[in-house]
Amino acid sequence: MFRKLDQDTGSSLTVHVDGHPVLAIAGESVAAVLLRQAPFWARTTPVSGARRAPYCMMGVCFDCLAVVDGVSSVQTCLAPVREGMRIERQQGRPDVTS
Amino acid sequence: MSRRVDLLIVGAGPAGMSAAVVAKRHGLDVLVVDEQPSPGGQIWRNIETVAATARADLLGKAYAEGAAVVRQFRASGVDYEPGTQVWYVEAGARAFLRRGGSASSVAADRVLLATGAQERPVPFPGWTLPGVMTVGAAQIVLKSSGQVPDKPVWIAGSGPLPLLYAVQLLQAGGQIAGFLDTTPPGRAVAAMVALPAALFGAPGDLLKGLGWIIRLRRQVPCVRHVAEIEAIGEHGLESIRYVTTDGRAATVPADLLLVHEGLVPTIHPTLALGCRHVWNSEQDSFAPELDGWGETSERHVFVAGDGAGIGGARAACLRGELAALRITASTGRLSEVAAEAFAKPIRSRLADALSPRAFLDRYYRPRPAVFVPPDHTIACRCEEVRVATIREQVSASRPGPNQVKAFTRAGMGPCQGRQCGYTVAHVLAAAEGRAVPDLGLYRVRPPLKPVTLGELAALDMMDSVP
Amino acid sequence: MSGKAIDTLVIGGGLHGLSAALHLARAGRRVTILEKSWVGRHASGASAAGVRTLNRDPAEIPISLEAMEMWHGIAGLVGDSCGFHAHGQLNIAEHAHHLPKLESRLARMREAGYEHEELIDRAELLTLVPAISPHCVGALIARRDGAADPHRTLLAFRRSAEAAGVTIHEGVGVDAIEQAGDDWRLRTPAGDFIAPTVVNAAGAWAGKIAAMLGDDIPLGLKASMMIVTERIAPLLKPVISIVGRPLSFKQSEQGTLVIGGGLQGRADIEAQKSFVDFQELAKGARAATDLFPSVSALRIVRTWAGMEATTKDHLPVICASPNAKGAFHAFGFSGHGFQLVPVVGAIMADLVIRGSTERSIKGFGAKRLMQQRAAA
Repeated sequence: MFRKLDQDTGSSLTVHVDGHPVLAIAGESVAAVLLRQAPFWARTTPVSGARRAPYCMMGVCFDCLAVVDGVSSVQTCLAPVREGMRIERQQGRPDVTS
Repeated sequence: MSRRVDLLIVGAGPAGMSAAVVAKRHGLDVLVVDEQPSPGGQIWRNIETVAATARADLLGKAYAEGAAVVRQFRASGVDYEPGTQVWYVEAGARAFLRRGGSASSVAADRVLLATGAQERPVPFPGWTLPGVMTVGAAQIVLKSSGQVPDKPVWIAGSGPLPLLYAVQLLQAGGQIAGFLDTTPPGRAVAAMVALPAALFGAPGDLLKGLGWIIRLRRQVPCVRHVAEIEAIGEHGLESIRYVTTDGRAATVPADLLLVHEGLVPTIHPTLALGCRHVWNSEQDSFAPELDGWGETSERHVFVAGDGAGIGGARAACLRGELAALRITASTGRLSEVAAEAFAKPIRSRLADALSPRAFLDRYYRPRPAVFVPPDHTIACRCEEVRVATIREQVSASRPGPNQVKAFTRAGMGPCQGRQCGYTVAHVLAAAEGRAVPDLGLYRVRPPLKPVTLGELAALDMMDSVP
Repeated sequence: MSGKAIDTLVIGGGLHGLSAALHLARAGRRVTILEKSWVGRHASGASAAGVRTLNRDPAEIPISLEAMEMWHGIAGLVGDSCGFHAHGQLNIAEHAHHLPKLESRLARMREAGYEHEELIDRAELLTLVPAISPHCVGALIARRDGAADPHRTLLAFRRSAEAAGVTIHEGVGVDAIEQAGDDWRLRTPAGDFIAPTVVNAAGAWAGKIAAMLGDDIPLGLKASMMIVTERIAPLLKPVISIVGRPLSFKQSEQGTLVIGGGLQGRADIEAQKSFVDFQELAKGARAATDLFPSVSALRIVRTWAGMEATTKDHLPVICASPNAKGAFHAFGFSGHGFQLVPVVGAIMADLVIRGSTERSIKGFGAKRLMQQRAAA
């Protein structure tokens, strides 16, 4: 996992990861927030159900996919945080029937 | 509705920004789109926010240099759309974009792809486990989010980036459990012929690198000549096993492992456009075939920056300027003679900027297992296809990557082969006794970025069928 | 070439070439397939793999119904299920004014004595496809229809053909065809191949091969586009199409949505390349999201355009060559040949071995197209 350096000076805001309020800094990506959360993973794969965490942080690997504000398969390393954002770890294949 | 611009630049890194400034100065109507929320590319990520903070000091001078380029870019007055993905470029040329959940298209007389590079995929057993990331990824979160690993981290790899990041991490108060240097033995000898050019052209770069190495060896347990790595754990990384070329093996507990084996140009956009590509044997990667200005085999499609071949930020800026000059001349707003006159000093600076390249490429050429990993390694992260499955496809008919893709699903997932394209090509090449450049890569099947059905549907401007 | 004599050369390693070769080899013929790139490279590998009798042209119905029986026992033919599932195909009426079209189709089917299509109302439609937008009013259904996995099907036909003794040469295109006594000599970069009989199953390139044999058959080219999404949880089982709009919509076994419907991209036959036209493909995405609004946020993972030959009347060419003795044609499936694969192979075996077939191929003669050209 990762931790914030003390020196960071951004305006802070609150997002929710799987329902828990978490502090974030304006301008950082959702994936960066996920890297500070236990358990350390973002999704399970649609193929075997294995856990995956952000890997490349630059939009190439698609392993940081998560559900953001109800939208599944968001590339969280490219999604900046917003106040009140709801982030959920993505479990396997998205279900659009519910 | 569709817009039209003289020049569309994809990517606001060093090359894209530099090109935009030059083209705008000569009166072109320029649109720059970029995936990130702020300009700078990966090398200068988040520079506008960080420049004034203490974090800039620990990231070093090469990072701080970006601030001036970004300022110039902002001041140039070009149209700049951050947070925008280009998901297709059609010959002709029209680019399809998505931003904030909606798609649009823009017609552009000329396109400059300044889409940079990605880290070379480094497949090894266990590389998909949470707890394994790239060094580049860790550096991105340091730049953009000011965060570091919370426990002593393992770094494994070869090249300038792991050294730089390790030094930055120590500077930031982070801890390194160990540095597994995967540079094979004998590389110094192999690279020696290219040393004089590097020393004359860019002596500072080499001294800087030497400084990093000395500092690391003093402060961090280093293991040299690591040949094999395996990440072990059930749901996440628990330990690392490594073996050196002379057979020393160890298994060490770990919860974060950062890996890096160099960079490769981003070629999905040029592949989709049908541009010709060439194999760069020095960098073990494909790159678009370019003329001296950066024009591809497709008229009015240009590439600048690391997408043209890995050269670093300084070279990227200069290649961006060269492309912009040629593009401007092709619109008639600058004479060929004037473009050539402007280009001359730029070319000479470009040669200097590229002078350490041959040395670095040879010194840090990845070890063989990076290209052909052990059989039980997952090759395709998305579809979870193992190297053994790729190898099983080999038959008398000597299949290429596209056949293997069709029959194994490797490369069919959301990353579209960005993580497994080279691995599949190398595994097949080794098994079939062929060369990677002869096998080629997967055909690129658009979209280049994952546009949604709803976004595509909205491009259909017709009224709903009654 | 090797000393082993060849009875039949099949040009084209797509599904129709493989099926013809398989049936011929099972009947004792020595067969060699010449494929210019690799097995399944074009239309067969780019197929949506719909297994459909629904809404077939009356001329195709007899062989299509027989093919459907073969699909229901496909493992008996090729040793694998080919990923075939018979969850039905539905042609949806979105609005009440679309119903008469379905009703008159059904009346014509009944009149001709066919029972495989039925009309269902909105209630049954919503039971069969709960995810569909409730604005739809009814559908025509063929309950025994379904879909297969194209690559699994290719693999199964290839393996069965090879097990039956068929030799497949990949990367071997035919440059010229000459008569050599009673035989045909096929000139290729890998040397000459000689056989008394030739099957032309060359797909998008079949017109060129026919011309080499002396048949001038005008053909068009299709580059039908497809969309595949990310994998999602089970959404629907049947294959869906709509009256009056370009859409075929299904979910694969892997969970991806496979969306087609015959929208055309751009094909470059010389370069063997095809290109997607997104402005055009947007119509398909629009139709898909109108019928299934919940799929709107799903990511498109890839799109492509598969190249195939098309005829003026959209019916295939399945016949003995009018001008070349010992040559036979099976091409021009115009975007709906996948389901016919098992039966057309059997027909080709009939034609090659016996010179005739009991199966109904009346509408598929090459002459109908050649005469049109003469008249033009």
